[in-house]
Amino acid sequence: MIEFISQPWPWYVSGPAIVLVMGLLLLAGKTFGVSDTLRTTCAIGGAGKVSEFFKIDWKDQLWNIVFVIGAILGGLIASTILQQPEAIALSPDTVDKLQALGIQNAGENFLPEEIFSWEGFVTVRGFVMMVIGGFLIGFGARYAGGCTSGHAITGLSNLQLPSLIAVIGFFIGGLIMTYFILPSLLTL
Amino acid sequence: MKYFAYLAIGTFFGIVMTKSQAISWFRIYEMFQFDSFHMYGIIGSAVALGVVLIALFKKYNVKSVDGSDLALQPKEMSIPRYLIGGTIFGLGWAMAGACPGPIYTLIGNGYAVIVVVLASALLGTFTYGLLRTKLPH
Repeated sequence: MIEFISQPWPWYVSGPAIVLVMGLLLLAGKTFGVSDTLRTTCAIGGAGKVSEFFKIDWKDQLWNIVFVIGAILGGLIASTILQQPEAIALSPDTVDKLQALGIQNAGENFLPEEIFSWEGFVTVRGFVMMVIGGFLIGFGARYAGGCTSGHAITGLSNLQLPSLIAVIGFFIGGLIMTYFILPSLLTL
Repeated sequence: MKYFAYLAIGTFFGIVMTKSQAISWFRIYEMFQFDSFHMYGIIGSAVALGVVLIALFKKYNVKSVDGSDLALQPKEMSIPRYLIGGTIFGLGWAMAGACPGPIYTLIGNGYAVIVVVLASALLGTFTYGLLRTKLPH
């Protein structure tokens, strides 16, 4: 059983599993939206003193902080008890494209470890990709009023036009980064 | 006790994100290169099933466990807010290769350095809070 669920999950298992998460949260009276926890954390840290945006009753949002503590714990369980040492079955085209940009062994780990590691952090490339990348995620998610979970999953499921516009934005940004910026950044 | 339910759902979510490989930078790169159906299958099947689920919830007027209406407030309409905000988010998503859920789950997977991405995302959210009134919405 453990062995069976330790295999990589195909998309047709993963997608419905995400809907299960969304449905359970709705039944619990909450909305699935992970990036809200960033605002809540700022509010807990006292950001309400400098911006009205963070003057929220964060105790109402504690459930979401507990949810993401679960998301961390889930990662821990998946990488230990449910560990699966095989490489990610990436498309050979992707592996070739990354190799041409100097990224070796694509798919051997979840991340290119030459970038996303403490050794990578002290290089320009790694610093930019983690610090600027993270900043854009946090800034953009709040500007757009949600991230993948809030807009792409919940918003689209609820047939919200604003979420469709946001998801189109996600792809505009993602394609610009992948085609026009990453090629120079990865070869820095 | 109530919080235990959120912890359990969150834990399941973290396992799903890992086993589906949606936490992988490589999978996000591959998606934006249109080289594989994998990520589109995940998001597409989730949305298709989600549309049906929410339609059923509405049709049968399903309430949450405490008897209140489901938390499905319509989002306020705007184009610049979602398009500009969404594009900024997309730039970060493709660069760091993770959206907020996977950021947390990667840390649980032992990639401690991802706390740098998390801290930067917090700084980004904080900066948005400071600049919000000056930005087009």
